[in-house]
Amino acid sequence: MRFFEDIEIGARRELGSFTFTAELIKRFAAQFDPQRFHLDEEAGRNSLFGGLAASGWHVGSVCMKLLVADGQRQASEAAARGEKIAVWGPSPGFRELRWIRPVLAGDTISYASEVETLRTSEKRPEWGILQARNSGTNQRGEPVFSLLATAFVPRRNAA
Amino acid sequence: MMTLTFEDFKLGHFGTFGPRHVTREEILAFAAEFDPQPMHLDEEAASRSMLKGLSGSGWHLCSIMMRMMFDGFIGRTASLGSPGVNELRWLAPLRPGDDLTLDVEVAEARVSRSRPETGIVTFKGVIRNADGQVLCDMVSPIIVGRATGVMAEQGR
Repeated sequence: MRFFEDIEIGARRELGSFTFTAELIKRFAAQFDPQRFHLDEEAGRNSLFGGLAASGWHVGSVCMKLLVADGQRQASEAAARGEKIAVWGPSPGFRELRWIRPVLAGDTISYASEVETLRTSEKRPEWGILQARNSGTNQRGEPVFSLLATAFVPRRNAA
Repeated sequence: MMTLTFEDFKLGHFGTFGPRHVTREEILAFAAEFDPQPMHLDEEAASRSMLKGLSGSGWHLCSIMMRMMFDGFIGRTASLGSPGVNELRWLAPLRPGDDLTLDVEVAEARVSRSRPETGIVTFKGVIRNADGQVLCDMVSPIIVGRATGVMAEQGR
């Protein structure tokens, strides 16, 4: 992960992709969101989604998974260069989450993150506050998911 | 059991659901799969983090809130899915052993212009721990079938 001072507005990271198999969709749904269109192919086909669809919370949780993996990659690259590693803080929340199109069984979603705003924190001078638009696109290039996330990012001088 | 339709959601407080007990094991399992940051997995690293102790992933808390909404009412509602979340705030950490309560309020309810056989009900959900501390709140619309449309569906 990078420090606040090293991040620029507009910077975009490709986070990698994830295939939502029917098995994974049903496993997540059985635990957290057992609406029939997330559990059963036929119920999915008869729904607005038109097929077995992943829970929106599954789509969002996978975005988090790939964000963390990307952060770990950046941290090990920084360590290999002998640089200090920035450990990011927690997130106070997000806005404007859109489940734009259904994620159906077999879809492969590519996720990306783009920095939209950066500001310093008056209450916590050792932290900066970043807003990033995290998004997902399916194998046909259609947007399926988007949100504006907020995160605390450590400042270099405080580390 | 009667299916809840658009007409059943009146503005104001709708219900209180839970409690839902959250174990350390499920916090660690969710974090390992979806959010393997040290503050969600490792006591020692978590004690040095801004949250000062092991905490559950925010996405885990969201997913638990979804399940509490399903068990509370969505499972017996003519729900057609949700287009998104207007705003979600993580206000305090989810801790191992927490007993969560969910309060649901109907903030807005209107008939859909593009699909008049459905309505859009905007819910505000607030999750609290046993001490009454708010961990998370969320405003999210859900598409719900209207009574006439659902009756036609069931009569098919």
